Amino acid sequence: MLSMQDLSKVYRTHLVETHALREFSIHVEEGEFVAVTGPSGSGKTTFMNIAGLLEEHSGGRYQLDGVEVSGLSDRERSAMRNEKLGFIFQGFNLIPDLNLFDNVDVPLRYRGFGAKERKLRIERALEQVGLGSRARHYPAELSGGQQQRVAIARALAGEPRILLADEPTGNLDSAMARAVMEILEGINAAGTTIIMVTHDPELAARARRNVHIIDGQVTDLQSSFADSALGVSAPRESAA
Amino acid sequence: MTRYYFWLAARNLKNSPWLSGLMVLAIALGIGAFMTSYAIFHAMSGDPIPHKSHQLFSVRLDNWDPEDAYSEPNEPPTQMTYRDARYLAEAGKARYQTAMFRVGMAVQPGNPDIKPLLSHGRMTYSDFFAMFEPPFLYGMPWTRAEDGARSTVVVLSRAMNERVFGGENSVGRQLRMDDGEYTVVGVLDTFDPLPRYYDLINTDPFGDGDDFYLPFTLNDTLKKRPNGNNSCYIDPPEDSYQGYLDSECVWVALWVQLDSEAERRDYQTFIDNYVMEQKRHGRFPRPLNNRLDDVMDWLDNQGVVDEDTRIQVGLSFAFLLVCLLNTVGLMLARFLRRAGEVSVRRALGASRRQIFQQYLTESAVLGIAGALVGLVFAALGLAVVRGLAPHIAAVTHLDPSLGLFALTVSVCAALLAGIYPTWRACRIAPAAQLKTQ
Repeated sequence: MLSMQDLSKVYRTHLVETHALREFSIHVEEGEFVAVTGPSGSGKTTFMNIAGLLEEHSGGRYQLDGVEVSGLSDRERSAMRNEKLGFIFQGFNLIPDLNLFDNVDVPLRYRGFGAKERKLRIERALEQVGLGSRARHYPAELSGGQQQRVAIARALAGEPRILLADEPTGNLDSAMARAVMEILEGINAAGTTIIMVTHDPELAARARRNVHIIDGQVTDLQSSFADSALGVSAPRESAA
Repeated sequence: MTRYYFWLAARNLKNSPWLSGLMVLAIALGIGAFMTSYAIFHAMSGDPIPHKSHQLFSVRLDNWDPEDAYSEPNEPPTQMTYRDARYLAEAGKARYQTAMFRVGMAVQPGNPDIKPLLSHGRMTYSDFFAMFEPPFLYGMPWTRAEDGARSTVVVLSRAMNERVFGGENSVGRQLRMDDGEYTVVGVLDTFDPLPRYYDLINTDPFGDGDDFYLPFTLNDTLKKRPNGNNSCYIDPPEDSYQGYLDSECVWVALWVQLDSEAERRDYQTFIDNYVMEQKRHGRFPRPLNNRLDDVMDWLDNQGVVDEDTRIQVGLSFAFLLVCLLNTVGLMLARFLRRAGEVSVRRALGASRRQIFQQYLTESAVLGIAGALVGLVFAALGLAVVRGLAPHIAAVTHLDPSLGLFALTVSVCAALLAGIYPTWRACRIAPAAQLKTQ
């Protein structure tokens, strides 16, 4: 589903060169729920941005759903982002001027669906996160947890192959975080691949696989299938 | 997607009314100022008779002072002598031709309650009506036969017919003018070509037209002097009316209709031969310098659109550019303030091209709003011009074509102003914005 091999990402200014990712390799299978952890500045967000086709990598190979993304045009990357990926951000990133219905509508517009199809998908997605009755409300009228559920609905409406969640519970209290996590688990159970960056070990433990990043490299991949109290097992795979 | 972009643009305008209002105001001020001066320029420089402006020619002969041109650079007089004009008009070498000059006469209505009116009219040939095509409300022009018979007939303007006959069909009625009785054969409908190209010398090009029209040949008995421009480079040979008619004073205009280039060449040959013949009688001392100017050349030659008007249009366009620069700044602030939204849209699948289209559509919507408000400003500006300069009131109006032009200019200007801010919006790196939201 998602495969990165010896990936590197270098940010250059006229004074300094920063290696955000180096010899970064990861393979995510269809239907997996992968938690990505690591300290601040380790490269988690860079990985998510590259995985989400929001940034281009400097070297190595990246295949998304069997397609090598290097060299794709902006239009092709945008279409791929729209059709195959869904995003959930820590800051929700809803458009404040649009009501919930129109927020969820945004990716569907770019997909080119007709009005009927869009309406059907929007209503279904909002129902799925328990906000079907608030479609005409604006983001500012909702709590943080509700806003994140709208963001999930927006990501789900297009039926993506992979959901990329960058600290989706980072701005929520523990009760709301649990609720969001339950929704994500439900989505994953329905077959959608999820890659989630988190600082929260409890949430990471609920994922089926953990990936740890330090200094731009995958240092430790663990499976929650192992019988560890935290859901962390012995290293199975290391970056080259 | 276009409908979606327009919907988004309308929402964004509504959601930030102050900034949107400032941008619309900046565009509207520029459009208002530009359209005020352009509307005047457009009316002044327009083609008053587009379907035949290349067939109607002003005829000029150079009978002027051998030592000094009528006007530089080597321009012949704008009118011609009575005898030359009459000869050429009656020679019948063109399809239509008419000599004409302006006269003043006292019109005495039959109704004793209405005081005599001092009015201004035109002595001309019947071909005037075929050439310049004034619309008739009642009746018709007099005929060439009536030209030859010196018939006492008159065609009235609509305004004069309303004053004298209360607007009724007056064809066949008698009208007393000065000391003569004239039979009304026709009444014109409104006839206000802008500019009044057939007489730029004796009337205001944008002022009122003639009250009446009489056969030129009637002047044999009326012996009228022109109520208009009269220029002589030497005094008449004798102090009598006949001496005046035989003089080198120029006060009669001559127009001809020539329907093809061949006809134009033939007519040029005809007037050149006429002048060569006159030279043998000691007239026309200057080198051959006869001119045939079609309507647009004639308007240009007479400087109907003066330099001040052109400068005003240029200055107002410069003002529009300044307004656009302000708009660029405001758009930049507006678009970059929405960097977060751009990033979200990019993450959700919008390509740079789609963001570009969305924001350019918003610029176009600003242009449309700017045009509508700008047209209101232009209408106010033209009203002020009308108040300050009543003599050009006729050219201070907006029409649908100018409205469409304003809309086009405004939208193009707004798109131009929006290109850089839109390009900047497209270049926003979504990854950085999404993390800091």
